[in-house]
This record gives sequence, structure tokens and C-alpha cells, in this order.
Amino acid sequence: MEDTMNILVCVKRVPDTAENEIQIKPDGTDIEQDDLVYSVNEWDNYAVEEAIQIREKVGGTVTVVTVGGEEAEEVLRREMAMGADNGILASDGAFEGSDGCGIATVLKAEVEKGKYDLVLTGAQADDGAGQVGGMLAAMLDWPYASLVNMIEVQGNEQLKVGREIEGGDQEVSEIEMPCVLSIQTGINEPRYVGIRGIRKVASVEIPVLSATDLGVAADLVGAAGAKVKRVDYFIPELGAGAEILEGSLEEKIDKLIEMLKAKGGIK
Amino acid sequence: MSQIFAYITQKDGVLDDSAAELAMATAKIEADTQVTAVVTGAGSSLDAACQAAAGIYPKVWKFDNAELAYPDAEMIRKLLINVVPAGSIFLLAHDTFGMDLGPGLAVKLKAAYVADVVGIEAVEANKAILVRQEYAGMAHTHVNCDFSGGAVLTLRPGTFQAGEGGGVGGQVQDKSGEIKDLSTKRRFVEVVQAETGDVDITKADVLVSIGRGIEDQENIELADELAEAMGTVVSCSRPIVDAKWLEKTRQVGTSGKTVKPKVYMALGISGSFQHMGGLKGSPFIVAVNKNPKAPIFQVADVGIVEDILEFMPELTEKIQEG
Repeated sequence: MEDTMNILVCVKRVPDTAENEIQIKPDGTDIEQDDLVYSVNEWDNYAVEEAIQIREKVGGTVTVVTVGGEEAEEVLRREMAMGADNGILASDGAFEGSDGCGIATVLKAEVEKGKYDLVLTGAQADDGAGQVGGMLAAMLDWPYASLVNMIEVQGNEQLKVGREIEGGDQEVSEIEMPCVLSIQTGINEPRYVGIRGIRKVASVEIPVLSATDLGVAADLVGAAGAKVKRVDYFIPELGAGAEILEGSLEEKIDKLIEMLKAKGGIK
Repeated sequence: MSQIFAYITQKDGVLDDSAAELAMATAKIEADTQVTAVVTGAGSSLDAACQAAAGIYPKVWKFDNAELAYPDAEMIRKLLINVVPAGSIFLLAHDTFGMDLGPGLAVKLKAAYVADVVGIEAVEANKAILVRQEYAGMAHTHVNCDFSGGAVLTLRPGTFQAGEGGGVGGQVQDKSGEIKDLSTKRRFVEVVQAETGDVDITKADVLVSIGRGIEDQENIELADELAEAMGTVVSCSRPIVDAKWLEKTRQVGTSGKTVKPKVYMALGISGSFQHMGGLKGSPFIVAVNKNPKAPIFQVADVGIVEDILEFMPELTEKIQEG
């Protein structure tokens, strides 16, 4: 009989790049926020789905946590509509301007408050660096595996995990619990979340934890504790780039066909 | 200035391209400092790798141990935190090994961490201005990194052009005696090789390659028809495989197949560096994307700003007409 598992999944609210064109403000301080559609980071959906599938097999709980402002609550609700049992919002002015290490410090505090056997993160985010999971593991002195595309529960204390490495090969390891894994897209097929699912969790209370609640020293997080700071956004000077074909669709295709014939693309 | 180290990725004694690229990057950080290459492994292949590294780096630290025969990031992190002095600048490639090793190494060394660096703009005594990308290359950022407590940087492969190199005549120092306990709570079992599918995209001279712009599984038919008209096969970018619309064996990219076509049709593909990393041999790249700002237009030879769902059937028809 296997023990049940308590799983924490760290998620992040990000601009949805599939829905938006990312534009940089003229002064370079930020990307244009007007009309930006936000959603949960794509990789995180795979992490939550994997956590739910593990719970369905061995029992236990799935808790989703995010660090952010009150607007970040919507991504927690979305993941709870997928099937996560609990949500936690770590929110405090002191967290603003945190680098990856600051975010990992906040998450470490939550991990130490709870009794988690497994912590999952997305392998990366479109606006991030794929760093928080590895940092969190090191802070906790837990083993870590990144880019995980296979998890198999082996008894109470160990998982078999596969990491996606170059060329699509898979590096297989055994890893002791508790551990931190960052999850690669494609590991599963995240379930669809419908309006009904969202409605069901609309009134569930989501605790909001401050730096004090979590016992996080303010000088370790936020802009004060950050060793790495974004200075600005900019548009690089690039080479000429592609020759852009102009005209009607038909004219463009005629030009392209000539080029393809010359290059051997069309025999 | 702090000591600078570069971790050298090697397989069977052959250095990864990143070994020379990291050397170029270290010269941008501090031209006068002697950089130390760290090479781990076991036996004669390690010796060969160290000799090769000594051609690029003035100093090479060799760590020889049977346990290190496979480069397991958890184990190598445990080794490094015992031998790398506090305050060092430590560089490694932003590949699947570097991503596994780097963040935790920075925490353990109490150093700053910056991942996937594509440029080094300015280095002062205690800080550096580095360049990164966000949103799959749609935005570039300058990042200020505090170097005062050391730093771990992972550098994007292929970004720092390797120089001529060779002839440095570096010294190899055997540091194997400094290896302590290497046991970890993650134990390497095996590498499972990627499957080879019934369609081999690596042999094709022309590839019709699709990305997110295909929008729906049903639309793949349009790409199949175009590929048939062009006498070739359909390949794709990662999201198509994640959605299970095509087999993994059709994926072009660092985590998929490396292809060397003469002509590459990138249809509805934004052009992330992981995708472009799978494209070798300087093919003629045609990019079709409805987003004129898609990064693919920076690397393509010819660009067409159109919705691929309208473009593909038109092109197919024109080709069939001859």
C-alpha cells in the first residue's frame, strides 16, 4: 500500500504570447500592458495535470501556489478548476521586484510550512529563465530534476523520472522524495477547463499569505534582495532579415515559386 | 577580479561546440584573467577532452572518477560546490545539462544567476550588463547582474561566435584528489534513445514545416497536400508534438531532430532558438507568418506576411498547375 502524496505545484501568471503581440513601450521600461491577455504559464498547466494524475493514482492532495498580486488569484482558480484541491496566494509588497532567487525564497517558506512530498514547477516561462525550481531544490537540500517528461511512482520514497535532453533522448533517473521536478510540455495532455469548472471554484476561499505569515525576511526578497535586475526592454539592431515579398497573395506566391525553382525547392 | 571558470561539455572525449563559445564569452568578461576550464569524466576519453580543452583554455582542471562517466548534473553540482571558490564567475552552456545544474549551483555558491545569456555588454568591478530575451525572442532585455558575490551564467549555444582558437597550450591539472563523496539522492539509470519514425525528416532536401499557426489538427491536411506537391514531407515545431498532432520524430529543434535541408519552409513557426537550433547547413529559409514581428523573419531569407491557412492551399494549387 502506497502512502498518499501531497504535491505542491508552483504556477505563474504570464502574458499569453499565443494571444498577444508583444510590444515594447517607447521608453523601454516595460512591454505594452494595454490589451494584454494574461493566462497561466503554459508549462505550469502540464505540471498541474501531472500532479492531478499522480493524485488520482496514489491519493493525496494537490496544492497550487503563486507569488504575485491579487490579480494572480485567477490563475490559481483556473488550476483549481482543473482539479487542484487548494490554492495559496503569496502576496506582499515586499515581494515586488524579486529575482528568481527571491521567488524561490518565498516558495521555500511555503514548502517548509506544509508537508509536501513533491514540488512541481513548469520547466520555464515565456518571461522567465527556468530557474525557480532548481533554486528551490537547492535551498531545501532536496534532489532536483529539470525538463521532466516522465514520472513513475515507485513505492513510498522514490520516483522514476525521465528528463528530455538533446535530440529528444530521455535521461532516466531514480530520485528520492521529497524532491523538486520541473515539468516539460508534452508530458501529458492537460485537461480542458470549462466555464462550469471555473464556476464551481469561484467562491472557494484562497488564503493570501504575506511575508510575515510566511516568515520571510523582507531583505532577502523583492528588489532589495535581488542580485539580478532587468534594466530595460529594447529592440536590437539586427541584420537585414528576410526579403519580405509584397503584393497580393497571388503575386507573392508567383514570386516565391520562381525563387523555389531556383533553389531546388520545386522540381 | 574574481576567478573565472567554464564547464566543458564533452562526450567520448570530443568537446561540445560550447567549449570554444564559452572561451569567447570569458574574454568579454575579463580579457586578462586566466580562465580555468573544468572537465569531468572518466578514463582515456577524459584525457582526450582535457587535451582538447587545453588548446582553448590556459588552465584545465581535470576531475577523473568512474562515477563521473555520465555527466549527471546533481552529482557534478555536488563536486563543484566543494572545489569552486566563493566569488567566482562560473559559465556553462544553456543546454539541458546547464539548465539542470545552473540554478542550484548559484544558490549553493551564494552567487547571482542569469540564464540563457545572449550578450555581454559591459563588465565593471562588481556588476555586468547582460542581454537576455523574453517571450520567445519577441523582446530583448538588458539585465544588471551583481557580480560581488560571484555569478553563475548560462550562455545560449551558438550565440558567442567561437574564434580560431587552438595553440593556447594550457596546463592540465589533475584535481581528482579533491573529489569527495559524490553520492546524491538522484541516481542516473540510462539514456533512452529517441525513436526513429517511419518518416525520416533528416534526409529530406526540402521540408514543409508547420508551427502553432496551423491552429487545428484538421489543418495539417493542408500541409500534407503542399508537401506532396513539393515531393517531400511535413516536419514541425514543438507545440505540434506537444498537442500530439504529429509524432515526435517530425519535430525539428534541439529537443527534436537536427535537419539539413536545402530549402526550409517555416509555416506559422515563430522561430524560437530551440527550433532554429535544429536547422543546420544554412538552408534557404522561407518564412510565412501572419505576425510581421515574428522572430523567424530575422533569420529567414524570404518572408511572406500571410495566414498560412490561406497561403498553403494557394501555393499547393499553383505548384500543381506547374
